[in-house]
Amino acid sequence: MQYEAVIGLEIHAQLATESKIFSGAATRYGAPPNTQACLVDLGYPGVLPVLNREAVRMAVRFGLATHCRIAERSIFARKNYFYPDLPKGYQISQYELPIVHGGYIDVICADRVKRIGITRAHLEEDAGKSLHEDFQGMSGIDLNRAGTPLLEIVSEPDMRSAAEAGAYMRTIHTLVRYLGISDGNMQEGSYRCDANVSIRPRGATELGTRTELKNLNSFRFVEKAIEIEIERQIDIVESGGTVVQETRLFDAERGETRAMRGKEEAEDYRYFPDPDLLPVSIDSALVDELRAGLPELPVEKRERFMAQYDLSAYDADILTASRPLADYYEDCVRHSRARPKLAANWVIGDLAAALNRADLEIGESRVGAAELGALLDRIESGTISGKIAKEVFEAVWNGEGGVDEIIERRGLRQISDSASIEALVDEVVAANPAQVQQYRDGRTQVLGFFVGQVMKASKGRANPRQVNEILRAKLG
Amino acid sequence: MHDKTLALTARALQAGEISSVELTNRCLERIRRFDESLNAFITVTGDRALEQAAAADRRIAAGDATALTGIPIAHKDIFCTAGIRTSCGSRMLDNFISPYDATVVERLSRAGAVMLGKTNMDEFAMGSSNETSFYGAVHNPWDRDKVPGGSSGGSAAAVAARLVPAATGTDTGGSIRQPAALAGVTGLKPTYGRVSRYGMVAFASSLDQAGTLTQTAEDAALLLEAMAGCDSRDSTSLDEPVPDYSRAIGEPLEGLTIGVPENFFDDGLDAGNAAALTEALGELERLGAKLKSIRLDNVHLSVPAYYVVAPAEASSNLSRFDGVRYGYRSPEAMAGDLNAFYRRNRGEGFGAEVKRRILIGAWVLSTGYYDAYYLQAQKVRQLISGDFARAFEDVDIVAGPTTPTPAFGIGQKTGDPVQMYLNDIYTIGANLAGLPAMSVPCGFSGALPVGLQLIGPHLSEARLLQTAHHFQRETDWHARVPPGYGENP
Repeated sequence: MQYEAVIGLEIHAQLATESKIFSGAATRYGAPPNTQACLVDLGYPGVLPVLNREAVRMAVRFGLATHCRIAERSIFARKNYFYPDLPKGYQISQYELPIVHGGYIDVICADRVKRIGITRAHLEEDAGKSLHEDFQGMSGIDLNRAGTPLLEIVSEPDMRSAAEAGAYMRTIHTLVRYLGISDGNMQEGSYRCDANVSIRPRGATELGTRTELKNLNSFRFVEKAIEIEIERQIDIVESGGTVVQETRLFDAERGETRAMRGKEEAEDYRYFPDPDLLPVSIDSALVDELRAGLPELPVEKRERFMAQYDLSAYDADILTASRPLADYYEDCVRHSRARPKLAANWVIGDLAAALNRADLEIGESRVGAAELGALLDRIESGTISGKIAKEVFEAVWNGEGGVDEIIERRGLRQISDSASIEALVDEVVAANPAQVQQYRDGRTQVLGFFVGQVMKASKGRANPRQVNEILRAKLG
Repeated sequence: MHDKTLALTARALQAGEISSVELTNRCLERIRRFDESLNAFITVTGDRALEQAAAADRRIAAGDATALTGIPIAHKDIFCTAGIRTSCGSRMLDNFISPYDATVVERLSRAGAVMLGKTNMDEFAMGSSNETSFYGAVHNPWDRDKVPGGSSGGSAAAVAARLVPAATGTDTGGSIRQPAALAGVTGLKPTYGRVSRYGMVAFASSLDQAGTLTQTAEDAALLLEAMAGCDSRDSTSLDEPVPDYSRAIGEPLEGLTIGVPENFFDDGLDAGNAAALTEALGELERLGAKLKSIRLDNVHLSVPAYYVVAPAEASSNLSRFDGVRYGYRSPEAMAGDLNAFYRRNRGEGFGAEVKRRILIGAWVLSTGYYDAYYLQAQKVRQLISGDFARAFEDVDIVAGPTTPTPAFGIGQKTGDPVQMYLNDIYTIGANLAGLPAMSVPCGFSGALPVGLQLIGPHLSEARLLQTAHHFQRETDWHARVPPGYGENP
């Protein structure tokens, strides 16, 4: 029997507001425990929530970028349950009327475009954190995160493989960062996801029983956990069993999913509209304003890069993966007469590698876009070779000066006058009679040896094309 | 001086006939003398009151006073007061010192009012007799074997016994008007959203509204002017200008049409109350008002609808009282698992009536019951609002009884919650529709006071206060002092 998986994701993206969704406390990450929780976050008697309008604007921007319908009127509801890191005993969320719903996003997976439906995205507050270690039989509660705004993005069950789910999660991640509505920092928990997974015989239209996978806090984990869960479900069905609807935790170390303990009965959250908050009204003027302010979105930018700079889909994909990277690339191209493809190679290659080694973001690059543009110009004009350019790049990176300064100071200008190169060639040919004989006997691959020797003698500065030509002439 | 209205006291203060410190001392003396038998106060803040009074006297001397500067008042113990216990009548908050002032407290304090203390109340404002308080029942000054009504029973008793010229209260289903009626004082519940709820411990958020218990409508006008107005910390507070109520009440009662709901005067209404009310309506007619018989057909649904909506909201609002961050924590709390921790703290911290309402509320919000109870109740709420809206097409205000009977005996209804709930049959409608309403003393049934209820359209506080003020200029029911509380100590 052939099976297909049916996957839907619930992504929680923390919104990048300055203050919390219902209070004035700061949302900055990493402050000492309980120093960023005001009376509202602490659930003191008598306090009331006041909606942060910026969170609303961010949610609408997301809705517009994903072709969602924007609700003219949406309401906040209380989700009631007891837990020590939930100070009020309820979470303020949206239930029946979410702020945006009914959209989609196009995702590229294995070179094919797949459209994934977005059921809804709603605003809610995050809970605090329970810390179960270091307290000797007790739990510590940190309420700094309590009340942090989240956008919960619920997809349709449109994905059919772990790879598609991973691609969707990455695409949404890129999008929220483009929109500037979330920093998407997964280490800090600003972007996390639960997955609903079921299987069915290929071609069937009915859905199988699904399980919900929790604790998926990296792209790799999402794909891995879903793969493992699909296999587990197939094994169950193949051996005559039935899949049980349950919540499962992904254990990355053991590479397995495990049923969560103690969930004998479904929890009843007793949702009802929060009487402390008025319905959220969004008029067409606000929608128009926010639509006009949307940036160029990743899909549009990618297509423009391919057309305008004659880049491959692969290059365009990488360069548009984040807005700062795309901006850097375009800045570099603007500052250079070199081919955009050369710029793409350098940004994706040497620059990315250097950033990686130094663990820096593109915005922190030690080689500015204009400087890299100048370097590319020197390559394109033949002033330096590509190989020497790497050395110059390293020197600029290390703060030794500008491109031209380093070329001049180190005497790296490429040797292109034939007389100088001929002299070097003559020296090398004279010093290696055995290899000359081999070449003349037909073992032409020793040409590479001579090129290497000449380049070495020129300290890498000789124009390689000319070296080749002159060598062939002299040896021939 | 102690039996003077707030307005007269304010004039005496401004004229330098008495200082706020003297006045405050006299009130504190009366509290010492009478409150042992009334139990109207949970906390008396004498030292702090005298400091505030001294500051008020300096302000008056400097010519920087408002009408309320130097006036002693008491706050229902549901309003958070910085540095002072805010118990909400519950063991759960017996140890709770609020770190902040409620907006109502802040505004009155800024106006220069002197806080004498915090008044007794039904636990978390759940009750109609003040018998559910962790601090014991409050006694009605007119007959100490009788209840003063609830939940703002302490405020009503304190004003009735002239321990304090005025007090704040809150009204979710009648909790200002019913005790005002039973204790013979003037109670005002403003339009929902007129006064900020910030810092008021929440019972049922869509119904709760802060208001006043005073001797007169004129006093209520003075207090409301200082309390009312939009508050950025309460999203449901109304962004509407606050009228000059004190001026409005003096304007002539011209062309007033009063609707009298005929179905309010049925067998359920005590004969003594009915007689007093009929007399009062006649007085309003003599004052120039036109009476018109109306029907509010869905009023019989108000109690059942209320006892779905209010407990539903309460069950959620009271979830924060878990013993984790503040409030009662059982000595045995740490002996078991997390569930045992919650069970012990909440099981021991809350009283029976509060638990009953939490259970009802959790039930009506549960999957499978939500539509049948909660949504149905919301529809009834619409019907009741519709009844009032139709009535106000023809009449300016509605007048009728505040309560079916005068004050009942302490312990008389505690065994039968439904009988207790039916006490609020006339008052709940205004909460469900968010309308302003008052109770005004209008006579006696036997030796016990009777209240006349006035209900108006949204934001018609000025009209209600004006009507009550004209009525009080022609009657002296509001000026009657319970026997034994008239003389000075």
